[in-house]
Amino acid sequence: MKISIERGALLKAVSQAQSVVERRNTIPILANVLIEAEGDTVHFRATDLDIEVQDRAPAVVERAGATTVAATTLHEIVRKLPDGALVTLSADSAAGRLAVEAGRSSFSLATLPREDFPVMATSEYQSNFSAPAPMLRRLFDKSKFAISTEETRYYLNGVYMHVADADGGKVLRCVATDGHRLARIDADLPDGASDMPGVIVPRKTVGELRKLLDDDDMKIAVSVSETKIRFATPDITLTSKVIDGTFPDYSRVIPQNNTRRLEVDAGEFAQAVDRVATVSSERSRAVKLQLDEDRLILSVNAPDSGAAEEELAVAYGDERLEIGFNAKYLLEIASQVDRENAVFLFNSAGDPTLMREGNDQSAVYVVMPMRV
Amino acid sequence: MDCDAFYASVEKRDNPDLADKPVIIGGGRRGVVSTACYIARIRGVRSAMPMFKALKLCPDAVIVKPRMDVYSEVSRQIRQMMQDLTPAIQPLSLDEAFLDLSGTQRLHGAAPARMMAHLVRRMKTELGVTGSIGLSHNKFLAKIASDLDKPHGFAVIGKEETEAFLEHKPVNLIWGVGASAATSLEAAGIRTFCDLRRWDKQALAERFGSMGDRLFDLARGRDSRRVSQDEPIKSISNETTFNEDTSDPDILDGHIWRMAEKVSARCKARGLAGRVVTLKLKQSDHRLITRRVSLRDATQIADTIYRNARNLMGGEQRKGPFRLLGVGLSDLCADSMADLTGDLLDPDARRRAQAERAADEIRQKFGKDAIIKGRALR
Repeated sequence: MKISIERGALLKAVSQAQSVVERRNTIPILANVLIEAEGDTVHFRATDLDIEVQDRAPAVVERAGATTVAATTLHEIVRKLPDGALVTLSADSAAGRLAVEAGRSSFSLATLPREDFPVMATSEYQSNFSAPAPMLRRLFDKSKFAISTEETRYYLNGVYMHVADADGGKVLRCVATDGHRLARIDADLPDGASDMPGVIVPRKTVGELRKLLDDDDMKIAVSVSETKIRFATPDITLTSKVIDGTFPDYSRVIPQNNTRRLEVDAGEFAQAVDRVATVSSERSRAVKLQLDEDRLILSVNAPDSGAAEEELAVAYGDERLEIGFNAKYLLEIASQVDRENAVFLFNSAGDPTLMREGNDQSAVYVVMPMRV
Repeated sequence: MDCDAFYASVEKRDNPDLADKPVIIGGGRRGVVSTACYIARIRGVRSAMPMFKALKLCPDAVIVKPRMDVYSEVSRQIRQMMQDLTPAIQPLSLDEAFLDLSGTQRLHGAAPARMMAHLVRRMKTELGVTGSIGLSHNKFLAKIASDLDKPHGFAVIGKEETEAFLEHKPVNLIWGVGASAATSLEAAGIRTFCDLRRWDKQALAERFGSMGDRLFDLARGRDSRRVSQDEPIKSISNETTFNEDTSDPDILDGHIWRMAEKVSARCKARGLAGRVVTLKLKQSDHRLITRRVSLRDATQIADTIYRNARNLMGGEQRKGPFRLLGVGLSDLCADSMADLTGDLLDPDARRRAQAERAADEIRQKFGKDAIIKGRALR
């Protein structure tokens, strides 16, 4: 195999690959990226056995062929090459080496045979549809903070993407929760998605997917089966196993009868929370909210480190209420609000609290209070 | 001060018929010897020995189930007597404590040796138990001295004679040097304190890591640890050896619950909570398995400890049968920092915790068997 490729195109393809490979793995080939050259295209493929990413870039192929090489090393080399350089990759399969040459730099990297590279089994997808990148971005960006890292409840280690019934008909919905907070984000159901099986998209896949969804308005081809999900742009295909488990019935977790309503500027609220939380203890991070007629007092009282208090003018017309939260959780949900005021709906100091943006029901957050 | 065969002495005191019989305190056929009286010890019975082995050595032994409440009460009485001598007391267990008598001579008008002799006499006449005294200039040596003249003994290691005393003693006298440490010391040619003293500080640190520094000082009879009553508790755990090895999930589950409940009760009594739950299992061939899980929120609730330990059990079940099961809680903090945030996905947890607190109150009023979970009967 011998190809010439522009440094920018190579860097983009290789960086996607190197983020998929596991840093610490016991199977050497999994640290490698598979490079396949044919026609006027070169394909890059990397996998951790759960996720596979395939990337293609235009190249001048002098000699077709394939090899595998350490993804992180190749990425580091390409990253350090000057912008606009033309990079030549030539494999010497007899010597088991890949020569990387650009300008006056040349490198020789150890390779492993392509036959050893594990290729994810192809599967039938029950549902294929196309979704605009901004929509997927919103669904996952607004829910991923609530993904759990708890190993025992592995079925919470991802975002549950499924078709759900909302007030205005069927929607494409993403839900994530770790038992302390929950995010439920809805989007218009794309054509052809109505028979999509509900799947739990693993945390790592969500992170990789985000790199596909550049800031433009591209259409992403989504394919879903009971066991796998695939996201594809014209150049990149991300295939992932989904978490084999049952996502809990989240609907009973979302409070329906919380009547005490607080409306507050999300930005001001977040800044105030952040300020008072400075003195909170590392361990609890507890912030107390005291609500009274159009007034909110945020306070922290940490016997070991100190105390802080801040008052905010808010819209609140219900009974007095004192309730505590983990400052981190409040900051996270407040930062999801970008257009209107944050609306909090409380019940009692021991019950879950609901937060949404204005009256927008398409993004709803639930957070568990903390004893203070 | 180290009591002599404490549990056994208490039993003999309360039941004079046992006075001249070999008495072993311990639980069940499969248990281990907790304490053996001196008559049984003459026959070779030792603490921590499996009960069947002890009975082989001493078939006529009277086995008594431990009555911890009684021992705690006697221990408390002894502690009170110690408090008359000094406030600086560091209990190691119910029957053993360090006392720092520095600077008490003027107060009592008598030397520490006399005061300690007075203490053991009071213990004998007022409580009917005997103890041995080891008197020295630091904790390390006092502990060694307390074993020199047992039972009902009194040994002193003075500053002047320290080096000569240690010289040909084996290094396994050092507290914390067990079989495996002794092997690695022996591999380095260190058997006695005299051998140890030939090593310089750096060589010891290189060879034995963090233990090296301590070995260097102890080799010279130096120990600067203070007698302190509040050594922070690092973990709380309970374990049980079964009468018969079992892999029955229901039986194991019952044990997990009872151990979780004991750990929880001790936490509640001390105002502590913990963030790491550990499950310990011993297989029939004595192989040890430990599994742990970190919780987001520290807890002292038996129900939460139990559920997490049960989850840990799930993965290990097939490795049975087991002979021992233990549950522990570590990464401790004050209980004011515990169970702060509920679980959205387990809304009943709060009610279960409230029920547990209510049951605790009932037990406090009407005794510990007033109300128990059905699960505890398995």
